[in-house]
Amino acid sequence: MNAKVIVVTSGKGGVGKTTTTANIGAALAKLGEKVVVIDVDVGLRNLDVVMGLESRVVFDLVDVLEGKCRLSQAVIRDKRVETLYLLPASQTRDKDALDPEVFKDVVRQLIEDEGFDRVLIDSPAGIESGFKTAAAPAQGALVVVNPEVSSVRDADRIIGLLEAQQVREIRLVINRLRPKMVASGNMLSEADILEILGVKPIGIIPEDDGILVSTNVGEPAVLGKTQAGQAFMDTARRLKGQDVPYPKLEQDKGFWAIWRRLFGGA
Amino acid sequence: MFSWLNKRRSKDTLKDRLELVLAYDRAQIPPGKVDALRNDLLEVVKRYFPAGNSSVEVEQHGDKVVLMASIAIDENVENAGRQGR
Repeated sequence: MNAKVIVVTSGKGGVGKTTTTANIGAALAKLGEKVVVIDVDVGLRNLDVVMGLESRVVFDLVDVLEGKCRLSQAVIRDKRVETLYLLPASQTRDKDALDPEVFKDVVRQLIEDEGFDRVLIDSPAGIESGFKTAAAPAQGALVVVNPEVSSVRDADRIIGLLEAQQVREIRLVINRLRPKMVASGNMLSEADILEILGVKPIGIIPEDDGILVSTNVGEPAVLGKTQAGQAFMDTARRLKGQDVPYPKLEQDKGFWAIWRRLFGGA
Repeated sequence: MFSWLNKRRSKDTLKDRLELVLAYDRAQIPPGKVDALRNDLLEVVKRYFPAGNSSVEVEQHGDKVVLMASIAIDENVENAGRQGR
């Protein structure tokens, strides 16, 4: 993706926006980019805890927008990955504290004055002002979607709104795919989702217990060895334009699984 | 590294993190600010009791977040700029 400023969004809550932001941000930094991830979910910040940086928050995005501190004071450097930074949301204010034009100017400063190669914006759920502010500076979008009915429907709505906001590069991150269920025909496959939404996937992330463990301890999964962490790493490589094939996701190879695939049944 | 030696389960880490972060959320203070205050306090204490073994920790008491300071004053104080109290 050529877009330097990418919003991570979904419409529906709880599909993995924040996890995706943290992991793709960490992965891009590991690949050598200077990356800042911004939490725009004012009042319900979570990117700080998912990344394990909560104890280092002093100033936040709203402080910057209101001129209470310099931008460089609010940006927290991740000590595990060089060139990875977090700009946290405010926990004590509400979404009205964000003005889209002022936010756009902050993002411009991050690129022009602070020298960031990539800005990833973690959007709040919903389609109201919070989402619109988050998307305002973006040239690209990662739409996180789970292979289930409400998430796909909300993704479609969000894609329409992103197009209306002139966001040019829109890609899907299919999260929490369960290969066994896809194989048995009880879950939408990546091909089904592409067909329904008409937007190309850039990443397919399998459901993985390792993600919960890594967020428990506040360490992005791309720094460990989980299957999902690897999938996020591959997604970041594709985002940078590399041609990374999708690995065959682990399936149930037992006798009965093959039997079921051949002869049907659940 | 050596994670097989590390018996601590991830949910225990999470519980500790959540207790602390919720305490800050409820008190509506940024954690990093308290951390900075803690470091400043320790620095001042060190000026008076350079060899003292002091600590300042964040604790939650009911619905209040408090800094609990344990300041050792059994050192000789001749290097101190001023008498403490």
